[in-house]
Amino acid sequence: MKRTSEYGIMAEFDSATALVAAAHRVHEAGYKKVDAYSPFPVEGLAEAIGFHRDEVPLVVLIGGLIGGLSAYALQYWIANISYPINVGGKPLHSWPAFIVVTFEMTILFAGIAAVFGMLALNGLPMPYHPVFNVPRFAFATKDRFFLIVFSSDPQYNRAATRQLLEGLRPKSISEVPD
Amino acid sequence: MDEQIEQATAGDRAPVIEPGHTFATITDKISSIVLTRPTSTGWFIGFGLSFLLTMMLLYAIGYLFARGVGIWGINIPVGWGFAIVNFVWWIGIGHAGTLISAILLLLRQSWRNSINRFAEAMTLFAVSCAGLFPLLHMGRPWLFYWMFPYPNTMNYWPQFRSPLVWDVFAVSTYATISLLFWFIGLIPDFATLRDRAEGRPAKMIYGMLSMGWRGSARHWHRYETAYLLLAGLATPLVLSVHTVVSFDFAIAIVPGWHTTIFPPYFVAGAIYSGFAMVLMLAIPIRKFYGLEDFITERHLQNSAKVMLATGLIVAYGYGIEAFMGWYSGNRYDSFLLWNRLHGPYAFFYYMLLICNIAAPQVLWIRKLRTSPMWLFLVSGVILVGMWLERFIIVVVSLQRDFLNSSWGMYYPTRWDWMTYIGTIGLFLAAMFLFVRILPMISIFEMRTLLPEAEVKE
Repeated sequence: MKRTSEYGIMAEFDSATALVAAAHRVHEAGYKKVDAYSPFPVEGLAEAIGFHRDEVPLVVLIGGLIGGLSAYALQYWIANISYPINVGGKPLHSWPAFIVVTFEMTILFAGIAAVFGMLALNGLPMPYHPVFNVPRFAFATKDRFFLIVFSSDPQYNRAATRQLLEGLRPKSISEVPD
Repeated sequence: MDEQIEQATAGDRAPVIEPGHTFATITDKISSIVLTRPTSTGWFIGFGLSFLLTMMLLYAIGYLFARGVGIWGINIPVGWGFAIVNFVWWIGIGHAGTLISAILLLLRQSWRNSINRFAEAMTLFAVSCAGLFPLLHMGRPWLFYWMFPYPNTMNYWPQFRSPLVWDVFAVSTYATISLLFWFIGLIPDFATLRDRAEGRPAKMIYGMLSMGWRGSARHWHRYETAYLLLAGLATPLVLSVHTVVSFDFAIAIVPGWHTTIFPPYFVAGAIYSGFAMVLMLAIPIRKFYGLEDFITERHLQNSAKVMLATGLIVAYGYGIEAFMGWYSGNRYDSFLLWNRLHGPYAFFYYMLLICNIAAPQVLWIRKLRTSPMWLFLVSGVILVGMWLERFIIVVVSLQRDFLNSSWGMYYPTRWDWMTYIGTIGLFLAAMFLFVRILPMISIFEMRTLLPEAEVKE
């Protein structure tokens, strides 16, 4: 990866519609290392910058399966092998009684997997990130929308990329220092 | 389709958010409560009083640890008493938060966006109060970890056929999932506060809590997926928790407990009392913090309608209980009905019918349903009624069961009352801290309610 003095070029927009349109244009121009920032989830924005693979559902499924299967296995092992107790002549493997805990543990593990899986896939927590060096970026959590082309993109060229972004009529343009 | 219905009914409905707001005004209005507005004298008085009640709770608990559960009014036959009444009451109240944040999210009820955050906080604090009671009731609360399956030198395992063990799993899962749901909802708002905060400590603290959230499109995509899946998981969970609580009763053979109507009727009662508590908190909050723009008449009305509907389900539950007492021909069940209507605690049963069935019927009247004062009063009455319901279920069933020789009476002591009122103090103190240091309305979800949030092709 080539090292340049800047991290990327960032353009600021004042509406979600403008951001999505700009993201489409930049993506169509062939840029791959692009990101967009918005103060709330914007429909279609992730697709516009070419993000399609969301692994969160898979992580949640795996979490839920681990939780449910291990809860049932634990109860089976306790009730049949480790600590068998005859209660009123009921079978040791009285599976209906084990469903509640199995259900609860499925939900618990799937929920934990959803939250921590989402954070891990997003690379959070990440206290420092170069985009925070742009003073105007503080408005990304209020009412402004940002699009960045990273300098690591093979097509990146300081002058040409800047020209492309300026053609999208942003509110401001700034270079993000590394 | 949805939009057509929306338009057709828009005429007679108050908006979810008052017109004239932008992304910036929403952000400023909600974050200023936490960051810039001076803390009012009223907040200090309210927090101070609830803090005193919390101290009273600690005193009652300290004395309980020194002397044991004998200081309470519990006895044989009534071994459950206030501890279980209050546990069920609090955990029921804790249901509204997850219902609002998860079920209404899946049903695309966007009005929930202004009330989900503090309803979730309410859930957490209510579940914390609820969790205290079974622990204190154990007699030897320092051995609470015996309820969890872990390898130990006694070669001993919990009995997984017991509903009391199910309860441990249900309540702890519910508390964990509610906390996670609340926390991931807060992450983008922590980032907003981080970028707005003036002082260095506030910047640092909110910065750490936001975990470096920067609103990237990829992050939002995964975030929304995780949030939606969590809502999907929390939906059966919220219905299961009170179902499992009701199993604690329904699986026993005590008359008045051993019925199949318990799970649905407990869940309906939980949502009923939960919405009552949401209204009792929302009405003063919107008034004192001037949030009428965000928590509008629409929210009050919708909550009132939910209370009315769940209240009718609860009334049906009472009806079926009485009907089965008569129709089953079982002498113990019919005696239970007689004991409720004419026994020593009959006064409380009639109060229960008045509070839970009669009083909420005023909500049929639109004028009262939209009046904050009336709603506040009715909600208070419902909360009392739901407490009485649990009192009737626990105490009246236990005090006179199959054998006359084992009958008895139950009288709560001052320690029972101090513990109960103390948890109300703890709950309120936590709510006061919450509204002061965290955004009580979800800022990013409010932004999505504006028409500008939609992308126009």
